[in-house]
Amino acid sequence: MTVAMEKPPVPEPPQQETDTLTEAAPVAVVRRVSRRMVVGAILVVWLVLFAVLRGTHTLPLAAADLTGLHRWLNDANDSIGANRNSNPLFLYFFNEIRLVIDNLVTLVQHLISQPSDSRPLPQIGWLGVVGIAGFVSWAVGNWRVALLTVAGFVFFGLQGLWQESMDTLALTLSAVFVALLFAIPLGVWAGLSNRANKIMTPFLDFMQTMPTMVYLAPLTLFFLIGGASATIATVVYAAPPAIRITAHAIRSVPETTVEAADSLGATRWQSLLKVLLPMSKRTVVMGVNQTIMAALAMVTLAALIDAPGLGKTVFQALQSLDVGTAFNAGLAIVVMAIVLDRVTTAASARAEAARRSGGRLLAWRRQLVAAGAVVTAVLVYLSHTYVWAAEFPGEGDVGSSVASAADTASTWVQDNLSGLTNAFRDALTNGLLNPFQTLLTDSPWWLVGAVLVGLGAVLGGWRSGVTTAVCVGLLVATGVWSDAMTTLASTLVATVMTLLLAVVVGVWMGRSPLADRVIRPTLDAAQVMPPFVYLVPFLALFGATRFTAIVAAIVYAAPVAMKIIADGIRNVPATTVEAATSAGCDTWQIITKVQLPMARGALTLATNQGLIYVLSMVVVGGLVGAGALGYDVVAGFSQGQLYGKGLAAGLAIVLLGVMFDRITQAAARRTSA
Amino acid sequence: MARQTTQWRVGAAGMAVLALTLTLTACGGAKVGDTSAGSGSSGGSGESSGKCGTFNLAVNPWVGYEANAAVVAYVAEHNLGCKVTKKDLKEEIAWQGFGTGEVDAVIENWGHDDLRKKYITDQKTAVEAGVTGNEGLIGWYVPPWLAKAHPDILDWNNLDKYAAKFKTSESGGKGQLLDGDPSFVTNDEALVKNLKLDFKVVYAGSETALIQSFRKAEKNKEWVIGYFYEPQWFMSEVPLVKVKLPEYKAGCDADAEKIACDYPVYKLDKIVSAKFAKSGSPAYDLVKNFTWTNDDQNTVAKYIAEDKMTPEAAAKKWVEANKAKVDAWVN
Repeated sequence: MTVAMEKPPVPEPPQQETDTLTEAAPVAVVRRVSRRMVVGAILVVWLVLFAVLRGTHTLPLAAADLTGLHRWLNDANDSIGANRNSNPLFLYFFNEIRLVIDNLVTLVQHLISQPSDSRPLPQIGWLGVVGIAGFVSWAVGNWRVALLTVAGFVFFGLQGLWQESMDTLALTLSAVFVALLFAIPLGVWAGLSNRANKIMTPFLDFMQTMPTMVYLAPLTLFFLIGGASATIATVVYAAPPAIRITAHAIRSVPETTVEAADSLGATRWQSLLKVLLPMSKRTVVMGVNQTIMAALAMVTLAALIDAPGLGKTVFQALQSLDVGTAFNAGLAIVVMAIVLDRVTTAASARAEAARRSGGRLLAWRRQLVAAGAVVTAVLVYLSHTYVWAAEFPGEGDVGSSVASAADTASTWVQDNLSGLTNAFRDALTNGLLNPFQTLLTDSPWWLVGAVLVGLGAVLGGWRSGVTTAVCVGLLVATGVWSDAMTTLASTLVATVMTLLLAVVVGVWMGRSPLADRVIRPTLDAAQVMPPFVYLVPFLALFGATRFTAIVAAIVYAAPVAMKIIADGIRNVPATTVEAATSAGCDTWQIITKVQLPMARGALTLATNQGLIYVLSMVVVGGLVGAGALGYDVVAGFSQGQLYGKGLAAGLAIVLLGVMFDRITQAAARRTSA
Repeated sequence: MARQTTQWRVGAAGMAVLALTLTLTACGGAKVGDTSAGSGSSGGSGESSGKCGTFNLAVNPWVGYEANAAVVAYVAEHNLGCKVTKKDLKEEIAWQGFGTGEVDAVIENWGHDDLRKKYITDQKTAVEAGVTGNEGLIGWYVPPWLAKAHPDILDWNNLDKYAAKFKTSESGGKGQLLDGDPSFVTNDEALVKNLKLDFKVVYAGSETALIQSFRKAEKNKEWVIGYFYEPQWFMSEVPLVKVKLPEYKAGCDADAEKIACDYPVYKLDKIVSAKFAKSGSPAYDLVKNFTWTNDDQNTVAKYIAEDKMTPEAAAKKWVEANKAKVDAWVN
């Protein structure tokens, strides 16, 4: 469940710190010390009051209990279901949308994945798809990514997952198409107008942090079971990155350029079409990249409402705890993600390079593209006509060896490591998690609320204090306060562990290009591998506990934090490091006194993203014993009478996310200011 | 630059040659849609398919259900010539599909009085289609090693004696009673309270987590007690033993808050959409006539879960070995 908030790659603020460091340092130190003291004081007061007031005003709610709000949400859901066939809104609005999107999905499916009426096979067979994919990657990127694409697509076939992969691809492409249809114009608008941007941001946060399971069931009520619902669920989750990044791209076009166009007498439309859009093309393509990644993550989950593809293979295999088969399908998703990522990245680099290359080369290139197109057309024709080019040959032997290797590995880990892991789990749970959770859940709600608001105000300024106060108030209103506190405890523990791990690995990657090159592909894989695949071995190691959920969250969140920290370390000017070396600092001193302090901005960003990614795993945690909000969401998805409570729990997750996002962002702005 | 141009020129020439070769070599080989390749679809276009049409069968996410669905789908396709569309859905969404016309039948239903009231009584979009012949047991189970080592644990009266052994990092000092997928019927929280047991219900959250816990417990001789049910394929791998709770009497589960008795024996049944029941489709008659035993289901479930056969292959194997039973459903 990759409900993550992918932030646009916020460019690091220009590193002027080096010049101003000497004069700014004393002031900053004084301010930081006093801030640290305030934080300490707040925590001490909390502990004292906790000792006195323990167990009062804790707002508990048992697993099967509901509040008035939850019942009201249930009734609203039921009445929609009961009236869907007579309501004009359904007849003339939702049904029309469904029809259009359903047709689009079916069209793409008939092209590459599903047999259409009279044909036993899709219109374009494997050879044609491989040809088109290779040609397109070459045309928009370069020959290296084209080679990667061809290899990747052939690998799907060898895994014995050709049709499943194509189903996933078809759904991803349809969803990305629909998402971009809305996202690019909205992004341009948000880039041009501050007000539009302000209005859109909370909605985008909401779309990205609301757990998908909350809206999957109602979506099938609005848009029926099938392609349309799966596509729309994916669009909801995948569109925001494109909107954010497009807006960001438009905003970062230098003002002088726009002014120059204005002074030449360009109209608004002209300056948009001739200046703003071409100049932000490269960044917009990165937005498309993020949307594709998000869509791919969601398409897996859409298998819960019968979306065809690799997600189904994963879930079905897990019913019989078949780790090998699940891993094989997960690997196909990883390969697809890496291929799509590299192609779009190459495309964005090309957008830059194309403008610079010379004319003679361009003429040759044109001929070459034409030749490639002809070859591709031939391949498509062949795969349309002949069985050998339409149906991937072989039995997918590579797939069965991958599956059995994964099985062996997971059995070995279970047999040999479980003693060690139990001791570690119990130490962490009893030593850290349980006391912290007790502190949060057994304190009166107003005390925890006051502490949160206080911390928000101290760390992020009065604005984030106000945001925190609003979030705390709404959290109480959702009726799942106690569960939210339990989840909060696990989330914070997971975030701390994520950051510890990320600093160690991130610094290593930042300092050694070789380590970076070796580790990075693993991180990519950990980010896109559906978590469900590795849950089974984790369960075997740690049992159905909160700790398992924490480990799963770390696996998902740490790669992002590592990458951010590695970039931060690498951006520390080489001259500074050299100066420190010549002043006699050893490696440890350079890391702790120079590189980490100077990468402070990256560390705060890593904290922000780490927290948001950990929060996005709360629902997955609910599937493996974390209980609390995650379990509430899962239960709401499975049981009608708990639907309202699940929705409320989903809202609570959103509120926690927004609260921490605002606090950490404000804190980041302060530290870099 | 010049070197690159040459490279590209070579590339273009290479591609042209490749295209030519492919065109030439491709002249042989079977064509898509030829009778040999399309035998599957032509077989289905016999006279019977016009009558049956499409049959939308919900597949709920547990292997026992999948066994039922696989066999019914296989018979519907091969004996009746229907076009079967299986839809992988959870119970709640599957029932919702009766109203929207997206689901024709649910082929193994466990009680679900709430859904019956909503969709059969109130919305009238679903109707019952008889029992499957399977009897479902729900209850508290322990791994076999534990039942052997401490036989008295199989009586709920003795559970408290062992509560301390069942303590985990999650159970807050009490014994842990592990519950699974939230979609399954459970009264465990009320049971623990009303039987005054020193236990806490811990929600594993998924069936996967539950099975993995039991598997690990049996292997490492750990103390685990948890919610489970049969028929279930996992029972043939690790035959869990059921703990005796106060006997079920009709009506003892009327008030959910005050339940202090065992779960009833569920007569698993089939639910179809009201529209499908009136359609006159032969698939409806098949669903209505379909009955088999727990052993039958366990056999097919074992083919799928342990022998890793595809549902189609598993169904084929069972159907071919049980012609008489199948004939009784379709005639």
